[in-house]
Amino acid sequence: MRIGVPKEIYDGECRVATTPDVVTQLKKLGFDVAVESGAGDKSSYSDDAYREAGCEVIDSASDLWKKSDIVLKVRAPESEEAARLRSDQTLISFLWPAQNPELLKQLTDTGATVMAMDSVPRISRAQKADALSSMANIAGYRAVVEAAQHFGRFFTGQITAAGKVPPAKVLVIGAGVAGLAAIGAAKSMGAIVRSFDTRPEVKEQVESMDAEFLMLDFEDDEDGAGEGGYAKVMSEEFIKAEMELFAKQAKDVDIIITTALIPGRPAPKLITAETARSMKNGSVIVDLAAEQGGNCELTVPGEVAHVDGVTIIGYTDLPSRLAAQSSQLYATNLRHLLTDLTPEKDGNIVVDMEDEIIRGTTVCKDGETTWPPPAPKLSAAPPKAKPAPAPVAAKEEGPRSFVGPAIGMAVAGLALLGLGAVAPPSFMAHFTVFVLACFVGYMVIWNVSAALHTPLMSVTNAISSIIVIGALMQISSSNSLTMWIAAVTVGITSINIAGGFAVTRRMLEMFRK
Amino acid sequence: MINAGIVTVSYIIATILFILALGGLSNQETARRGNWYGIIGMAIALIATILGVVTRNYTILLVALLIGGSIGLLLAKRVQMTQMPELVAILHSLVGVAAVAVGYVNFMDPTEHLVGVELTIHDIETYLGILIGAVTFSGSVIAFGKLSGRISGNPMILPARHWLNLALLLGAIWFGREFVMQSAAGGGMQPLIIMTVIALLFGIHMVMAIGGADMPVVVSMLNSYSGWAASATGFMLGNDLLIVTGALVGSSGAILSYIMCRAMNRKFLAVIAGGFGTGGGSPAAAGGGEDQGEVVPIEPLETAELLANAKEVMIIPGYGMAVAQAQHTVFEITRTLREKGVNVRFGIHPVAGRMPGHMNVLLAEAKVPYDIVFEMDEINEDFPKVDVSVVIGANDIVNPSALTDPNSPIAGMPVLECWKGKVSIVLKRSMATGYAGVQNPLFFEDNTRMLFGDAKATLDEVLKNL
Repeated sequence: MRIGVPKEIYDGECRVATTPDVVTQLKKLGFDVAVESGAGDKSSYSDDAYREAGCEVIDSASDLWKKSDIVLKVRAPESEEAARLRSDQTLISFLWPAQNPELLKQLTDTGATVMAMDSVPRISRAQKADALSSMANIAGYRAVVEAAQHFGRFFTGQITAAGKVPPAKVLVIGAGVAGLAAIGAAKSMGAIVRSFDTRPEVKEQVESMDAEFLMLDFEDDEDGAGEGGYAKVMSEEFIKAEMELFAKQAKDVDIIITTALIPGRPAPKLITAETARSMKNGSVIVDLAAEQGGNCELTVPGEVAHVDGVTIIGYTDLPSRLAAQSSQLYATNLRHLLTDLTPEKDGNIVVDMEDEIIRGTTVCKDGETTWPPPAPKLSAAPPKAKPAPAPVAAKEEGPRSFVGPAIGMAVAGLALLGLGAVAPPSFMAHFTVFVLACFVGYMVIWNVSAALHTPLMSVTNAISSIIVIGALMQISSSNSLTMWIAAVTVGITSINIAGGFAVTRRMLEMFRK
Repeated sequence: MINAGIVTVSYIIATILFILALGGLSNQETARRGNWYGIIGMAIALIATILGVVTRNYTILLVALLIGGSIGLLLAKRVQMTQMPELVAILHSLVGVAAVAVGYVNFMDPTEHLVGVELTIHDIETYLGILIGAVTFSGSVIAFGKLSGRISGNPMILPARHWLNLALLLGAIWFGREFVMQSAAGGGMQPLIIMTVIALLFGIHMVMAIGGADMPVVVSMLNSYSGWAASATGFMLGNDLLIVTGALVGSSGAILSYIMCRAMNRKFLAVIAGGFGTGGGSPAAAGGGEDQGEVVPIEPLETAELLANAKEVMIIPGYGMAVAQAQHTVFEITRTLREKGVNVRFGIHPVAGRMPGHMNVLLAEAKVPYDIVFEMDEINEDFPKVDVSVVIGANDIVNPSALTDPNSPIAGMPVLECWKGKVSIVLKRSMATGYAGVQNPLFFEDNTRMLFGDAKATLDEVLKNL
C-alpha cells in the first residue's frame, strides 16, 4: 500500500508527519511512501532527503491524496482536506474528536477509516505510539527555552569578578510529561526548580529530577489522580489552599511554567491576574495550557502578553516551534502504530478491532463513528496505590533470646564431657584434631571469594577423595574379597582425584582479567 | 619401605597443603597456585601411603589408579561448563561409595581385636561412616539425575514425608544399637546391611523432595556430607589426615550451604525438608492470579539501540543463560559495548544457577574478565545509576515482591534491584514463572521491556545490530 504525506496547510504549522529516517523504516514494513513537495521544508527535511530515502515526491496535494491508500498528517484535516478522503483510504493524524464533532461527522460520512493519534489508549504497550507524550515532552522543553528568551538574566547562579548572580527560581505547576520535561530542562540550565502537582504520587518523580516538590498544608488526604494517569478536578477547599500557595510562591520565583490540564475540560485558572501582577519585574510566565484557555487569567492564547513588567507567553504551537525534533518523534510514533497495523510486514494494514490500541485509536470506520472507545482495561499507572506495604526486612534481627543457644551449648558441653568420661585417650586425640580442623576450615572457607565457589566445590571434592588412603590400607589384605573391594574403591576414588583437580584447574585457567 | 614416622610427617605436609589449597581460593590470582598445592598434597599422601603402608598387590593398585585417573581426566576434559553441577554431584557420589566400601571392608577385617568401650566407639565410627557415605551416594545420584534432566526437577512430595524421614532416622538409630550389641558378640552384618538400605532410601527421598531452585543448597550440602563421610572413616581407621581433610571439606560445604540459604532467606531445615517450588502453595497462586498489568515487548534491534546509547549497563545472568548456552554471545556483546566506551558490569546473585558460583564459571569460560563481574552486595546500591539492566534467563532473583510482599513465598530474600535503574530488559522464553512459582511484578514495571525468545538467538540478533 502507498502512504502519502501531504504538506500541513494549517497556518504556522511547521511539523511534518514523516521524516526521511522513518521512511526507510516504513519501506521495511512493505509500504511505498510519497510526500508532497515541500512538506518537510519548515522542519528542515528537504525533498532531496526524502528522495534519497526512497520516497516519491509529488508536486500537488490533490495528486497525493488521490494516489495514496494511507494518509499521514499532523494536524486534524481542514474541511477541504476531509472532502478529499475516499472510503477506501485510511487517515491517521491528530483529530481531537471531542472538540471537533462536526469534523468527526464529516469524516465518518466519507466511509474512510480514520485514526486519531490523540486517542491512543494510555496503556503501557501503547507508549511507543503515544504522540501526546512525545509532543508534551517537546512542549515542556521548549517552554523553558521560550522563558529563557524572555527572561533578562541567567538561569544559573554565578560568582564573577563583576559580582554575584543569583540563580533563577522556576516554578513548574503540573508534573506530567510536559512538566517533568520542563523541570529537567530548567534544572540542566542551572535554575532552582520547584514543582507542584495535585497527584501526590508524582512527588517521587519530581524529586528524582532533583527538583523540590511543594507540599500543600491540607488536612484531607485528597488524591488528584484521575483515570488514565491524568489529574482530576479537585475540591473547592483544595483549590483555595493551592491558589494561596501559588500567590505566595509568585512573589519569590522568577519564572512560572504552568502545565495543568484536566482531560476534556477547560484549563483550571491557577494564576489569577493579581498573582501574576505580584511577580517581580522581568518575571516570565509560560502557559502551556493556553490552547484550553490557559492556567493564567492574563494569558492571550497564541500571543506574548506584557502586563506590568511580567511577560506571559501563551504560545499554542510549542511543538511546532521545535519542528525537526517533533516531526521526528511524531513520525516514529506513527511508525510504531503502523507496525502494529501490519502484522505480516507486507505493506497491507489490518485494522483489527480486537486489538486494544487499534480499537482505541480508530474513531471512524466503514461509515460508522467508533469514538469514544470502551474504557481501556488498564491504566498506565497502577490504578490505586495500595497502602504501601512495609518493606520486608531481609532478616529479623531482633534481640534474640539467649535461652535457646544456652540450652544447646549446655547439652553439647555435657555430651562432650560424657564422651570424655568414657572414651579412650586415642579417640580423644583424634577428636581434638577433628574439632581443630573444623575451625580451621571455618576460618579458611569464609575467605573464599564467591566467584570461586564452583572451583571450591570441585577442589574439596577432589581432596575429600583422600578417603583412598582407607582403601590403600586394605588393599594388601590376604582376603581376596577385601582386596578386590579395596581395588575398586581405589579406582573410583582416583576418578575423583584426577577429575576433581583437573576440572578445577580447567576452570581456574578461564578466570582472567 | 619407609617407616611410620615418615608417613605421619608426609600426612602432616599433605594436611598443610590442603589447607593452603583452600586458602588460595580467596582470590583468582592465588587460586591456581592453590590447586597445585592440592595436587601436590594428594600426591605426597598417596606416595607415602603406597610406600609406607601397602605391602603387596602393587599391580592391581597401580592398574586401579591408572584406570580411575584416566576416566577422571577424560571426564574433566569433556565436561561442558554448563554441566558442572552434574559433574560435581556425580563425583560426590563416588566419595559416598568409597566411604561405604571402606567401612564394610574395615568391619569385615578379621585382624582387629578391640574390646569394651574402644570396640563400641569403633563400631559407632564404622556405622556413622557407612551411614553418611550411603546417604551421600544415593542423594548425589538423585541430584545428578535432577541436574542433568534425567529426573524431573519438580519436588516429589510424598504424603507424611516428615514422618517418613523421622521413621527412617529412628530406624537407623535402633539398628545402630542392634549393630553395636551384635558386633560385641561377633556378628552385626545384618543390621549393618539393613541400615545401609535405610540410608540409601533416606538419601533418595531427601533429594527427591527438593525443587530445582534449591539445587545449589543440595549440591553444597552433599559436598559437606562427603567431607563428613571422609572424617568418619578417618576416625574408624584412626587416621588424622582423613579426619582433618574430611573436616575441612565438611565445614566448607556447610558454609556454602549456609551462604546459599542466606541468599534465599530460607532456613536450612526448610530447604532440606523440601517442597519449595511446588507452585501449589496458596500464596503463590494468589499472587499469580492478580491482574498485574501489561508487559511491553521489545525487539532485538531496539535493544541494541538502547545498549549502544547507554553509559552504564548491568547484565544479570541466571540459569536461563546456562540453558541457552548464551554466555559467549553475552561476552561478544560485552566486548563490543566496552569498545564503545559503555561501562558493562555483571551482577551475580549468590543462588543464580544450579550451583554456588555457577554463573562466574560460565562467564569465565566465555572469557569475561572477572574484574567486571560483581557480587550482589557489591553492586546493588548502584542500580539507580544504571541505564540499562539486561536480565538473561533469571526470574526469582530479580523479583521485587521479595522485598514488598510479605506473603510472597520468597519474601525477605535479597534480590538484585534492577527495577531501580532506568530500563530493564528481561530476556525470557515465555511468561512462565520461575522455580519458586511466583509471578514477577518486575515484568509489569513501566520501565521494563520484555525480549521474548531463546536467549542465544535473540542475543545473536542484538549483537548483529550493535
